[in-house]
Amino acid sequence: MKRKLIDNTVQALIYLCTILSVLILAGIIIYIFVKGLPYVSLSFLTSVTSPLKGTKGIAGNIVNTLMIIIMTMLMATPIGIGGAIYLNEYASNKKLVGIIEYATETLSGIPSIIFGLFGMVFFNETLGLGYSLLSGCFTLTLMVLPLLIRNTQEALKTVPESYRTGAIGLGSGKWHMIRTILIPSALPGIITGAILAVGRIVGESAALLFTAGSAKILPKTLMGFLEKPFYSGGTLTVQMYLSATSEADFNTAFGIALVLLIIVLLINYATKLLSKRFDVNRGTN
Amino acid sequence: MKTKAIIEKIAHIIFLISAVVAIFAVGAITIFMFIKGTPAFKSIGFLDLLFKSEWAPTATNPTYGIAYIILSSIVATFSAIIISIPIGLLTAVYIAEMANNKLGEIVRTAVELLAAIPSVIYGLLGIMILNPLMYKLERLIFINNPNHQFTGGSNLLSAIIVLALMILPTIVSVSVSSLNAVSDKLRSASLALGASKIQSIFSVVIPAAKSGILTGAVLGIGRALGEAMAINMVAGGVVNFPLPFNSIRTLTTQLVSEIAYSSGLHRQVLFTVGLILYLFIMFVNFCLLKVRKKEED
Repeated sequence: MKRKLIDNTVQALIYLCTILSVLILAGIIIYIFVKGLPYVSLSFLTSVTSPLKGTKGIAGNIVNTLMIIIMTMLMATPIGIGGAIYLNEYASNKKLVGIIEYATETLSGIPSIIFGLFGMVFFNETLGLGYSLLSGCFTLTLMVLPLLIRNTQEALKTVPESYRTGAIGLGSGKWHMIRTILIPSALPGIITGAILAVGRIVGESAALLFTAGSAKILPKTLMGFLEKPFYSGGTLTVQMYLSATSEADFNTAFGIALVLLIIVLLINYATKLLSKRFDVNRGTN
Repeated sequence: MKTKAIIEKIAHIIFLISAVVAIFAVGAITIFMFIKGTPAFKSIGFLDLLFKSEWAPTATNPTYGIAYIILSSIVATFSAIIISIPIGLLTAVYIAEMANNKLGEIVRTAVELLAAIPSVIYGLLGIMILNPLMYKLERLIFINNPNHQFTGGSNLLSAIIVLALMILPTIVSVSVSSLNAVSDKLRSASLALGASKIQSIFSVVIPAAKSGILTGAVLGIGRALGEAMAINMVAGGVVNFPLPFNSIRTLTTQLVSEIAYSSGLHRQVLFTVGLILYLFIMFVNFCLLKVRKKEED
């Protein structure tokens, strides 16, 4: 009798905690949609906030975010994939592998504010980049590197050993084998890692506030766009932080929150789809 | 044939360089944190800096005591972990042990999404929902207390709740994988001995998954210690002893709110704050390594 009572109580607690977790998420999504939807319009997405013209918009921040994503991924993806390939396919020195893996692990544990601090002093001040998108990209490259390395490594591990020996046995060089067999086979995993990295970049604020700065203007000429990497630019998250704190403009904050939330939902959906396909592929091997 | 060999060599070297970038990054960050973070110990004195509590960097007679800042970080982190572990573990038990496939998938997705939401969104929600609630509570409790400095709800409690929510996904997902890793033989043996499902879960499965759950907790501690933006938005901005209804500054929020305008000695001290945060994180990483090793044995 007593045992039944305890069982039921514990079970109720389990359900309660689970429901709490799900309800909190549902609450957050609904709240952001309700509060943000009235402010998200075409002009909000395509204009720049200017007290002179009386416009309110986040076009500049959207462009900054896109530029940071593209530039960071261009730098980080090759390094991440290359590093993972070295660890999985080349490294014969166990000690070196251990050190690199420990370093990767450590890097992934460092909080973004520390990356921000480091980026601010190293890229902004020592290298003289100043508050610039470029400096933000370098900082973020270090930050997303562990994610890319780990996902690529996992993907490489699922490629059957017979593919490698088969290719080498047919007379392929190692580099040729990696290029034509390994990378294509591991591609879904690599792409998943890349999408997760994009998600991390989209959500990042602390590391960017001190490196990329917070400018929200949109370049007017093509030259302006080309030179933009050397100038300060705030991403959506940075602008949202400022809107919700020093600028006390909560309408804009909620508008950006909604845009961010939609991006996050899309990214999550994309990784789910990919990992499903990945599993199917693995099943047929 | 010769060019092929050269290409192979070049590929090898490029991959090696990519792999050691991580080592250089960690090395550079560590060296930089020490170079920038140690001078303040010399100029202010090790004990004065660490164990004095008064923080007034812009006063005519500036004082730089960071004891309360360190303490606030520790208190906020551990309170958040204490809230998050039971909720996270029970949610994980639901996903791993009780749910059918479909419901389990829904809860799992919800938790993943919680992890993916940017921290500034948590901060915004904290400002809009949590702070007003805390303010009501504060007025209720301190209405007759003239010594209390009202914070408008930006206090330690708000910070703890936001942190607890933010580390929940980490604890759930790590716990789920460690529960899933427990052999089904243990479960059936326990059930066959007459234990109920709940009894088996709590006296057999969870103990078997103990070190995995511990890993989740340590990861959560690391995340909570390093979280900056969300707490900076909800916790107010006064260096205070960490009491539930006090505005607080943690190691991270101290950096976020002051580094941009600081200079001279003030800036040096802020880098020391960064160094202390970094050392905490390194210690957490070290614990993580130990726990993982134990898990593998």
